[in-house]
Amino acid sequence: MTSAPEPVFEAPWHVQLFALTVHLNEAGHFVWGDWAERFGATLKQHGLAKELNGGEDYFAAWLETLETFLAEINMADPAAVEQMRARWEHAYLHTAHGAPVSLD
Amino acid sequence: MPHDHHDHDHPHALLPPAPALRVRALETILTQKGLVDPAALDVIIDTYENKIGPRNGAHVVAKAWSDPAFIDALRADADAALLELGYYGRQGEHMVVVENTTDTHNIVVCTLCSCYPWPLLGIPPGWYKSDAYRARVVREPRAVLADFGVTLPADSSVRVWDSTAEVRYLVIPMRPEGTEGWSEAALMDLVTRDSMIGTGLAKVPA
Repeated sequence: MTSAPEPVFEAPWHVQLFALTVHLNEAGHFVWGDWAERFGATLKQHGLAKELNGGEDYFAAWLETLETFLAEINMADPAAVEQMRARWEHAYLHTAHGAPVSLD
Repeated sequence: MPHDHHDHDHPHALLPPAPALRVRALETILTQKGLVDPAALDVIIDTYENKIGPRNGAHVVAKAWSDPAFIDALRADADAALLELGYYGRQGEHMVVVENTTDTHNIVVCTLCSCYPWPLLGIPPGWYKSDAYRARVVREPRAVLADFGVTLPADSSVRVWDSTAEVRYLVIPMRPEGTEGWSEAALMDLVTRDSMIGTGLAKVPA
C-alpha cells in the first residue's frame, strides 16, 4: 500500500513549538526527563475528557505544558505571555493584508 | 464575534490560529530575554522538517543486516555504534535495538507521551501519539498489529517496549528472504518506518 507522504508537521505552529522546546532543552534550561514527565501528565489529564487523536490535540497539550513549565521555572510569566499574545493579535489586525506583521 | 471578517476581502493580515499566537508570544519573550536564538530555532526546524527521517533508521537496519560486526556493536552499545554513523540523540537518551526473529516480534510504544527515536526515524506519525495506539498496543498488541495488516504465527510471541525519556527503541525487522547479496542501498528501500516501530514488516522484494 502506497500513500502520499504525511507532512512532518500538520501546522506551522506545531513545528515552531517543537523547535522552541527542543532549543530550550539543548540550551540547558531543563532536562528532557522533566519535560516528558510534565507532558505525559498533561496528556493523561486531557485524555480523561476525550480520546486524543495525536494531531492538533497533541500539540495543544504540548503548548499548555510548555507555558506551565516556563512559568514554573520563572522563564516566562503567564501575564506577560498573555500581554505579548494580545500585542501580536493587535499587530495582525492592524497590518494591511500582504504587509509583513511586526510589533510596534 | 467581535471581529468577523468573513464577509469581505481581508483588509488586514490573516490572523493566525489562537495557539500560534501563544507560541509566538513565548518565542518573542524568550528572544527578548536572550534565552532563545531565532537562528537556532530555524536550524532545528530545517533539521526535523527536511533532514531527519526514517531513511536514517533504514540505513542502520540495512547495515545491521549486512554487516555482522555492526550488529554486534549495536547489541553491545547502540549509542556508540550509531555515533560512528553520525546519529546521536540530542535529548540525552539512550538507544536500544530490539531484533525480530521467527519466534519474537517487537513493537514500540510510549505510554507516557510520545518518546521516539527522533535521530533515526524523525517525527512520529499521528497514530503513534494517539491515545488509541498508546493504550491499546499494551493490552492487545496482536489486534493492533492486525489493524496494520500484520499477522504473526500463533506460536510466536510479541514483546512491547515502552519508551521513556531516557531509553528509545529501534526495531530491527527480519531481513526478507531472497535478498542475499543485496547492497545496503538496495536493502534500505525495503525498510519502512513502521517496520522499525514494529507495526509493520520489511517489504518483500517483488
